Amino acid sequence: MKQEIIIAGFGGQGVLSMGKILAYSGLMEGKEVSWMPSYGPEQRGGTANVTVILSDDRISSPVLNEYDIAIILNQPSMDKFESKVKPGGILIYDGYGIHTSVKRTDISVYRVDAMDVATEMKNEKAFNMLILGGLLKIVPMVKLENVLLGLKKSLPERHHKLIPMNETAIKKGMEIIKKI
Amino acid sequence: MAEDIKLMKGNEAIAHAAIRYGVDGYFGYPITPQSEILETLMAEMPWETTGMVVLQAESEVAAINMVYGGAGTGKKVMTSSSSPGISLKQEGISYIAGAELPCLIVNVMRGGPGLGTIQPSQADYFQTVKGGGHGDYRLITLAPSSVQEMADFVGLGFDLAFKYSNPAIILADGIIGQMMEKVVMPPFHKRRTEEEIIAECPWAVQGKTANRKSNVITSLELDPAKMEENNIRFQAKYKKIEENEVRYEEFFCDDAEYLLIAFGSSARICQKVVENARAEGIKLGLLRPITLWPFPAKIIAKYAGQVKGMLSVELNAGQMVEDVRLAVNGKVKVEHFGRLGGIVFTPDEVLDALKTLIIEN
Repeated sequence: MKQEIIIAGFGGQGVLSMGKILAYSGLMEGKEVSWMPSYGPEQRGGTANVTVILSDDRISSPVLNEYDIAIILNQPSMDKFESKVKPGGILIYDGYGIHTSVKRTDISVYRVDAMDVATEMKNEKAFNMLILGGLLKIVPMVKLENVLLGLKKSLPERHHKLIPMNETAIKKGMEIIKKI
Repeated sequence: MAEDIKLMKGNEAIAHAAIRYGVDGYFGYPITPQSEILETLMAEMPWETTGMVVLQAESEVAAINMVYGGAGTGKKVMTSSSSPGISLKQEGISYIAGAELPCLIVNVMRGGPGLGTIQPSQADYFQTVKGGGHGDYRLITLAPSSVQEMADFVGLGFDLAFKYSNPAIILADGIIGQMMEKVVMPPFHKRRTEEEIIAECPWAVQGKTANRKSNVITSLELDPAKMEENNIRFQAKYKKIEENEVRYEEFFCDDAEYLLIAFGSSARICQKVVENARAEGIKLGLLRPITLWPFPAKIIAKYAGQVKGMLSVELNAGQMVEDVRLAVNGKVKVEHFGRLGGIVFTPDEVLDALKTLIIEN
């Protein structure tokens, strides 16, 4: 089994760290993983994306033509990556700031209003974990216990106290994702 | 899961591998996309564990000359930078080659020329394998195509550098430096003691003892007859390296009708191209040079008798393709495909180029 995923949004939304946690979770399951960031001069507000591949077999190219799953977190990323989802693939987006509807009819589209919920939770940093929860609800590619292990591995020890908050956000994300 | 399997960036792997290999000193100056090498070394603080020196120099020029000095004492010393910084180091690299000292240099290439971009490129191939600095010298050039090889080539680079008393270079690019993959960390080696260094490197400047002549480290020789002798000795050494140290990897070459030649991150992308082409029924193979100098010319010449055409796939305007053409010596059609200035080709672009430039032409 192989999942080729692109996560794309603004810098500061936690795009790269969400990819990292997914990659670490895959590592915990004994999968082959690759994490390839676009490492432009992206600060908060610029565009950022990361390609994550989880696979049972050796991974060839970290650079891809098209993706099984696209996670789209802003309009520029929608414009760029909607056409790059494989036929039959999955597109997950956060409704906040997206003002075009998805035109593709040959893919499954899901919406997760993570920005709104994170604002309600008064915790903007939960944003990317809400998205991750939504993804794992639709494609349970890694077990929740391994995501928590992955969090532990990818966060410095001084932030380990935040893991329960992240777990809550992941579970909440699983609840709020809906099919379009 | 074994303790030593880690997920990390290629740059981080180089730093950890250097500490584990027992490197004595790292001298560098930050530049994207390789700054994590220096950052990781600083965070790991190996001076408190193995005694390894880690120093951010005032410039790239200072860093390479610190390497020159450290190498002269027989220590295992290294530096790293990215393309513009490596250009600054070229004078020092030529001096180190001229003084026949072992050291390790890392270039995580970015788009040029000039300051260029910070995105991946392979446009320093000529600079690395055809000179860079002045004079008839060669660098043992290793081109990693995975995070695992970033870790492994630190030890291999030093082993070869000391075996031949010659600088070695890891020629990577922004993709391999920035991507994270699984990596099995090499085992720990203790740093050598001063006594071990003196025994292993009788040429090193380690303080003259009463029973021997002074050791002198220099690349200067004002008598041209002697300088020619030195050069003849260098060339004999380079010939030996060419005979013994060629490394490459073959991917679906056995029955190939067409062959891609690619190194580093391009070779990773080309693996996918081979998978996709074979799914379409095109018998495509990939030959990946691991050493760019010495170049795997013999094996490429061998395949010139088997395949209908070769495509050299590089993130540059056509550099390695010249060595591929020299190797096949007109026996088979050789073309180049590349993207420039920091843009990375997708597998589809490469397959399309293969069809237009080689298969249908």
